[in-house]
Amino acid sequence: MPSDIFRAGSAPQASTTGTLDRCEAVPKLIGNPQDFLIIAGLAGTARDVAHLCEPHGNYYACAGVMGGATAMGLGLALAQPTRRVLVVTGDGELLMNVGTFATVAIMRPPNLSIVCVDNGHYGETGYQKSHTSLGVDLAAMAAGAGIPAVRTVTHESEIAEAAALIRQMDAPSFVVLKVKPTDPPKVRRSMDAAWTKHRFRDALLGTR
Amino acid sequence: MAEALMWPDEIYRILRAWNVTQFSYVPDAGHTVLINRSLEDPEVHSVALTTEEEGVAMLAGAHLGGAHGVVLMQSSGVGNCVNMFSFVKNGQFPMLILVSMRGDFGEGNPWQMPMGQAVQPVLEACGFLCMRVEQPTEVPAALQAACTMVYQAGQAVAVLLSQQLIGAKAF
Repeated sequence: MPSDIFRAGSAPQASTTGTLDRCEAVPKLIGNPQDFLIIAGLAGTARDVAHLCEPHGNYYACAGVMGGATAMGLGLALAQPTRRVLVVTGDGELLMNVGTFATVAIMRPPNLSIVCVDNGHYGETGYQKSHTSLGVDLAAMAAGAGIPAVRTVTHESEIAEAAALIRQMDAPSFVVLKVKPTDPPKVRRSMDAAWTKHRFRDALLGTR
Repeated sequence: MAEALMWPDEIYRILRAWNVTQFSYVPDAGHTVLINRSLEDPEVHSVALTTEEEGVAMLAGAHLGGAHGVVLMQSSGVGNCVNMFSFVKNGQFPMLILVSMRGDFGEGNPWQMPMGQAVQPVLEACGFLCMRVEQPTEVPAALQAACTMVYQAGQAVAVLLSQQLIGAKAF
């Protein structure tokens, strides 16, 4: 009964889970991670980004404040207008505060890009299907909020154009990277939010 | 009387003196003057949020980037932020929030009471030091103290602007 209610409305029944491998597609999309100050979401995207950036301090990954990565990126982008800020987060994390698209859209920070590594699942908690596996379209939600540049990347051939888009400095952008529900890279990272904060600030500001 | 009318402007002056450049809020009658002042100020970012917890995450991002921010919220908004307050105890991020109180002195709307009465215990459980302001004359010293603790000592401080100060909303 609850699942019938959940599937009501106009959402298509067919699975829209992607086919790209995140361990290959995320590094291709991001390219040189030093081009960005990066805020990573939880779990999978934290590992995607840590794997690319370690041991450098140009990224800050969350682990328990689900729904905040995009807003963190907004605060950072407003504070550092000459740097390109990249948020890399998952579909579940974005869905928790999808209203932040609206907040970003009205602020229109020219130096903020958001990448959703969309595997259609809550990977960290056992790969339960997320709403994006059941027809919910985050790109349409972002476009509806008014994010000016939105792309959905489903094939490898589309990555290069999206990689160029997230490097532009004239408007916020949002890229959905449709990937398979497979594990992120194995990487050790600190869960100490204060230590990682100091490392980020030392790298960026040269001061605590 | 002039003093009573001027206290929100005094808050704005003190925040700007501490180089606060990110003002975020869910629109609220109790913060009208601060919100309008931030909208009129070309030197700051005035950010309308869809939920207060976005503002808490923005404060963390602003601090990573070396900027000072503040979140203006109504007492009910505190309840929307609780998980995001993890930045305080795990991350030791400095945070300043100004809470316009409902559900306390003279409240006429029973829906405001549960969260209004929960504000201080919830904030304290999350690692905030709460400073309650009830008289206009207390405002400047309280804000100055709060800004010093947040932007100099790196603490998380909530200034609770009581309904005695703001005036209870008439229904």
